[in-house]
Formats: sequence, structure tokens, C-alpha cells
Amino acid sequence: MAQDGIGASTKRREDYRFLKGIGKYTDDINQPNQTYCYFLRSPVAHAKIGKVDLSVAKSAPGVVAIFTAADLEAVGGVPCGWLITGKNAQPMKEPKHPILAAGKVRHVGDPVVAVIAESLNAAKNAADLVSIDYQELPAIIDMRTAQTKGGEPVHTEATDNMCFDWEFGDKAATDAAFAKAAHVTKIDLVNQRLVANAMEPRAAVGVYEIGTDEHTLFTTSQNPHVIRLLMGAFVLSIPEHKLRVVAPDVGGGFGSKIFHYAEEAFVTWAAKKVGRPIKWTAERSESFVSDAHGRDHVTHAELAIDANGKMLALRCDTFANMGAYLSTFAPVVPTWLHGTLLAGQYAYPAIYVNVKAMFTNTVPVDAYRGAGRPEATYIIERIVSKAARELKLDQAEFRRMNFIRKDQFPYQTPVALVYDVGDYEASMQAALKLGDYAGFPARKAASAAKGMMRGIGVCSYIEACGIAPSSLVGALGARAGLYEAATVRVNPTGSVSVMTGSHSHGQGHETTFAQVVASKLGIPAENVNIIHGDTDKIPFGMGTYGSRSLAVGGSAIVGALNKIIDKGKKIAAHLLEASEGDIEFKDGAYTVKGTDKKKTFGEIALTAYVPHKYPIDTVEPGLEETSFYDPKNFTYPAGTYICEVEIDPRTGTTVITSFVAADDFGNIINPMIVEGQVHGGLVQGIGQAMLEGAIYNDKGQLVTGSYMDYCMPRADDVPSFKVVTTVTPCTHNPLGVKGCGEAGAIGSTPAVINAICDALDIDNIEMPATPERVWRAAHAKTMKAAE
Amino acid sequence: MPKIAMTVNGKQVSADVPANTLLVEFLRKDLMLTGTHVGCDTSQCGACVVHVNGHAIKSCTTLAVQANGASVMTIEGLAPGADLHTVQAAFKEAHALQCGYCTPGMVMAVVDMLKNNPKPTETQIRHGLSGNICRCTGYHNIVKAVQIASGQAVTA
Repeated sequence: MAQDGIGASTKRREDYRFLKGIGKYTDDINQPNQTYCYFLRSPVAHAKIGKVDLSVAKSAPGVVAIFTAADLEAVGGVPCGWLITGKNAQPMKEPKHPILAAGKVRHVGDPVVAVIAESLNAAKNAADLVSIDYQELPAIIDMRTAQTKGGEPVHTEATDNMCFDWEFGDKAATDAAFAKAAHVTKIDLVNQRLVANAMEPRAAVGVYEIGTDEHTLFTTSQNPHVIRLLMGAFVLSIPEHKLRVVAPDVGGGFGSKIFHYAEEAFVTWAAKKVGRPIKWTAERSESFVSDAHGRDHVTHAELAIDANGKMLALRCDTFANMGAYLSTFAPVVPTWLHGTLLAGQYAYPAIYVNVKAMFTNTVPVDAYRGAGRPEATYIIERIVSKAARELKLDQAEFRRMNFIRKDQFPYQTPVALVYDVGDYEASMQAALKLGDYAGFPARKAASAAKGMMRGIGVCSYIEACGIAPSSLVGALGARAGLYEAATVRVNPTGSVSVMTGSHSHGQGHETTFAQVVASKLGIPAENVNIIHGDTDKIPFGMGTYGSRSLAVGGSAIVGALNKIIDKGKKIAAHLLEASEGDIEFKDGAYTVKGTDKKKTFGEIALTAYVPHKYPIDTVEPGLEETSFYDPKNFTYPAGTYICEVEIDPRTGTTVITSFVAADDFGNIINPMIVEGQVHGGLVQGIGQAMLEGAIYNDKGQLVTGSYMDYCMPRADDVPSFKVVTTVTPCTHNPLGVKGCGEAGAIGSTPAVINAICDALDIDNIEMPATPERVWRAAHAKTMKAAE
Repeated sequence: MPKIAMTVNGKQVSADVPANTLLVEFLRKDLMLTGTHVGCDTSQCGACVVHVNGHAIKSCTTLAVQANGASVMTIEGLAPGADLHTVQAAFKEAHALQCGYCTPGMVMAVVDMLKNNPKPTETQIRHGLSGNICRCTGYHNIVKAVQIASGQAVTA
């Protein structure tokens, strides 16, 4: 293993600037003559906008300009990137999403007026002087009744508030399986709405240069080229060559910074209008009502099982909340990223899923760490545990007897996906051992002796990531390709600059991608620089989400490196006076097979740029290559998580006494970073299970609109973890890697709820399983026992 | 506009600022010390923690005028020049940061924690970190970093 190459737990090079406080986040960027933007947002969920009086505000001190929807009539709306086609070939309803609310407000937080001033204080003070007449309408909040509630719909384009009614799978085969089932387990689940809450609030700085007619947007994005494409082509009609989007250091994303947001388009547009740079930074309370939320599914599921405990079929009916507008990737989350995952790790032959996506007067919902796969995994892994409980089978054993076996890969699921490789038994065994599953009964007895209730929960998850083959997603409604691009530039003295379309907002690409390059070229990682986040510097790439950066972006880097190595062979053959077929590249040197004739990589690089003795008739000077990689399939990380809890029935307090994760991520570049990704994902999943939840009241007010009310996981809420990996290399990408960014958040939530249900000996508990809910469940149990 | 004067990272600074200027705004905008971050507006997340007269405080809920005459230290002043403070070095060693946004506040809070309790137990560490939110790391490696920084065996 090369030092700091593939497989080494190299310390991160990013850390120094972050630890010294000299990182460069969007809000740290200031422009000469900069102005500040403040968005006046709707305080009500659903209303017609009556008279808007700006007269007093316009003359307030420091005001530069004030804009409303009327000023933006020539500007497009925020586009949606995925078209879902529902039952009977019905396309989804796709109402316009204006930059500033036009005619109507549709959720608390909908931006109505934008005030630009010399200082943020001046902008806020002027916003206070704006008068808006809101003619309130009844709010559509509960997606389950949105279709039948009556009254004015959220959008006139969808009079029944339904965006689409989508179905997938073989309904007839599923019904037939249920007809012959010996046992049917049913469950009703709420996968509650969450707020991503990256610690850096969203921010945007718009700059316009009149001399060159060029626009620049600095923004908190996971994918600057996607923003440039969507905003330039669909919203502002700015051609790509006149628009630069920079996503500098970004303080966490978790999906919420994938999407193109109205504020980005506004500051870009308005910077030209006012002729000065414009900065906008969200306050946290603003983030709560303007960042896309996550999850928010309500599901009824049924599992058919035969007399031998073999699972036969699964059927699910889900309501998915789209919120008030369609966010960039919202429609794909409850459909293709959810329905296709319902096979889990199990070999059951039939699946049918129906998803009704509804508009409501709430913040738009879109991808949040896992995006559809956590919702699918929650259904499968909850219903499997409930079935095991009903059948009085061990929850691990019941899973194992239904696993897809190691010798069945590649495995065609009944819901379109082909799992290329896996060994579910191996990761389960690793988890059972690490969690001392066999010793659980003794621990449970010891807890019971002190009046405590102990439970254990298993979750065997699978997810599909490394999104995704372009032709496949195109057939499913994506309005973009999902390849990734990389340029590898070998500099004349042999150092290497890599320009990647992937974006790091915590993942550590500057370290791990350099490890890949170091291993492939046999050079020290310190000689490699990773450049990302600036559309003027990097090739057109699709960015970072869906745990795709290494599997797709890393593969593009490998593609470019292979071209570099091959070109180097031609140069080496010339210098060494050998035929190209006899040249080998290994450990940073080109050699002639069977001889000691050798040229180092550095010598070849220099020769490419100083081509005095050079095969100039057949080989161009220079050593720079670009590769676009379109994945052949998704990758399928899978594993088993085991959570053990102890509950105090007197207070409802639940303590996670042990949490083990056994994941198969294929080959691993940097184990330290992979473990860190798992830890973070686990806590987000535990947060959903026990702490977090966005709550709207029936008027459409977000009751949990700050960290005072929305319970973020803190250090004393969670345990330390035991994390282990098993390896089956991905079969279809050059590094044999899967993806590790979302697994923790996908697999941990059901493991925790399964453990709590096991401890309380109950069928289900609503998330978040707060002490109050746990106490009520424990108390009800005690009362029942006393009857 | 009130005139304020204070020592920031060992340097004397003074300015006329509107009375409602928060200490974090003064540090970030007037002094261009952008290492101190704002992650919330309710004093909950701790991204803005700095030291005032040797104590960790949340600079998003402190007025700049309240720090008049005080000695303020931010993340930029924690270790001289290119050096890393013991706590900063431990964070790097333990991979206790990912996106880096909460990190300055987290580090400043940990420095204060260890000053008051040089050998905290894991429970004490977790309690001590509870005023700082990190969305990336799941805290596991931050606990580990505090144990390394305090010269203790790693339990996380």
C-alpha cells in the first residue's frame, strides 16, 4: 500500500484551514461596494396577496431597491429536474414556482418582497415598513386529507392537490401471493418530516460585471454546475459562458444544498439590476422555513409470508408530501428512489407500491440524507421485525432465512434494480458478533432486575447509490444525465491538479481523491491538488449527492488517469527506444519489460511539456486528460445494524446502551473517513428515531422553527459506536467502491425503533420516540397487565 | 454610535459601532475575523463560541458593547502563526471535523472545558459538548479528540 494511497487512514488536508478559522464559506466572501438583501417572507400559510405598499419602505434610510413579483415577470420560475409519470400515463402536475410569490403565498416562509440596502440592518428596518394585505385562505396541511378537503387548492393546476398518483411493481402477482399467504403482517407508519439543518445556513452572493457582461454567483451548493445549468437556462436566460457559479467551502449539505433555490436566482438577477454586488445569508429561523425539508411519508404496508416463514410479497400505499412547490428533485424521492428499494436484502418475488404525492401549504420537501431509501428501509425493516414478533421468530434469524444468498448475485429484484454483488450473511454475522447478540437475554434479565426494560433491534438495510446510469434515469424522467467529469492536469514538474465535478462539503475529497491519484500514479499524495466547486475551473459535472462522489466522480478521475498513463507510455516508448507494447507502468515509473531501462513519471511529464526529444508526429505535447464517467449501475451498499436500548419505564427515558454497524461499502480508500461518515449518518438516523420532527399546526405555522423547538441531536443524546466493514467489491466501477455517505442515516432509524418496540414489547411507536411517547407506551403496558 | 475598545487576539482594536451590533458581527464584519461562525440565532448551536476574559461565551447573543474593555480570543488567536493548539491538533488526529463549520466554536468550547476540568470522563465530555451542535460527525470522534487532547485513554 502506497503511503497516503488507497487504503490509508490519511489525516485530512482540509482540516488545517477549518481548524485555524481560515476556511472560506460563502458568508465569508465580501465584494467591494456590496449591498445586502433581506427577504420579507409570508407569515401565513395560504393567502391571496392583496395590496403591497412599498412607498414608506422605499424612502427608508439606506434602501437601494425593493422588488416584488411584478418586477420579475420576465424571469422564469424555479424548475423541477425530474418528471414523474403516474397511473394511466398521467404526467405529474408541475405548477410554476415563482422567484418571489406572485398573487398568492403558499407556505409560511414564501418570499414576497426583497429589500436591498446598504446594510442588513437597513434592509430589515425597511422591510418592517412594507405593508402587505394578506387575504387568508384555509391552509391545506394534512396530506392525507388534502385531496378531499375542499376549499381553494394550493395550485389551480392541481385542483385535488395531487401532484401524481404513481404505482410500480406487479400488482397481480402481489395480490396472488397474498391470496396464498399463511400469515399477513400489517403496519401503519409515519416517516415524519425532518429538517436537514446543515450547520452553515444557506447564503448567496451575486455579482455582475458590466464590462464583460459576466455574472458570478457564490452559493452554498453541493453542485455548482447543476445550479449554473438550471438557473442560467431555465430561470434567468444567461448563457453558460457568461455565468460562473462558485460553491466554496460549504458547511454541510445532507441533500438540502443540492436544489436550486429562488434566493440564488434573485441575487444573481438583482445584482445586474442594481449594478452592485448583493449578499444574502439566511438566519437559522429563515432556514427552517425556506430550506427544503425531508421525508414526510405516511404508509400502510402489508407483508405476505408462507407457512415456512418465507416472505412472499410486500405491498405499500404511501402518501408523500411535496410541500407547496416542487423542489428540484422532489418527485423522484418517493418514487424511483423509494419504490425500487422495497426488496431490501430479501428474496421475495412480488412487490407492489402506490405513492400519492400531495401539494400542501408547507415548505417544499426534497432529498435529505438517504432520500427515499430511508423511507423504504423503514417500511421493510419495521414490518420484518413486526412479522418476526408475530411469528415468534428471532428477528435476526427471520431476516437471514429470507436473505438473498451470496450465490444469487447478480440478483434481479422484482422492482427493477439488479444488485451486482453482496454478502448479507457476512455483514449480519459481523454485527451479531460485535453486538454480542447471543448475550442479550442475560443483559435483558439484568436490566429487568433493576426495574429497567431492555430491548434489541436489528436492521439489515440495502441502498442504491452512486446515482446513476444516464440512460436509465432518463427513461425514468430525469431531465439531466448523471455522469461525472474529471480533468487530470499533470504539471510540467510532475505535480498533479485534478479538477472534479464532485463537491466536498465535509466528505474530505481533497484528501481521498488525492489518495486515489497517488496510488494510481505512484507519486506522493502531497504532490496532488484537488480543485472543485468553481464552474470556471472544473469540467461540467453533476456534483455530490446520493453517495456518488467516489463511485462516479472517483471513476471519472481514474478514467482520466488511465488516459494519462497510456499517453505516458507512448512518450516513454520513444525515449526508451522500445515499442509501446513493451512499456509497463508501475510504482511511478515506466520500464521496458524485462530490462532495467526506466523513466520516472516526473521525467515523462517534463518531456511532455519540453518536447525536444518527442514523438511529435504522433503524440501531442502536454499531459492533461479529461474523462466523463457514466455509471453502469447503481452501487449497493448493505449491512446490518444492531441497536440495544435500556428504558426507564418510570420516566420514559431511553438510553442507547450499544450501537453496532457492519457495513459493506466495497473497497475503501480511507477507513478513517468512512467511519466518520457512518458515525454522522447514524446520529442523523437516531435523531429521526428519538428526537427530531418538524411539526405544523393546522394553520400551517411551523411550530418547530428554531433550535429551541426542533430537537437536534447533541453529544449527550447519543452513544459511541462500534463500526466494522465487510467487503464485496462493486463489480462495475474501476475502484470497486460503493458509497458510504447515507448508509448510517438509512439503517439506524429502524434499528432504534425496533429496539424500543422490543424493549416495550409493542408493535409500533411513533417517531420521534420521545420520553413522553415511550412513557405512555410503557404505562399502557403496565395498566393492561394490571387489568 | 458608541465607541468600543477591546483586545482581540492580543491586539488592541477600537471602533464606533451601532449599539445593537452583536459581538460576532463586530468580529466578522469589522475585524474580518471570519473564523467565528453563526449557525443559529437562538444561542443554541455554539458555532459562534469565543473567549471573553478567558471564558467561553456565545458571541451571537453578546453585544459588542458588552465586550468593551475586555480581552477577546477567537479561533484565529488560539495558536500562534501556523501552529495548531493541542485541541486543534487532537481534532485533526481524531477526524473530529467534517464540513468544519461548527469546528471553531467546538474547539473554543473544548479549550474552555479542559481548562475547568482537565481530565473529564466520557459522560462529562458529552455533557460539556452539549452546547455545541455538530451535524456531520455524530460526536463520536469529537469525544475521542477531547480524550486525546486531555491525554486520556480513548474510549470512543
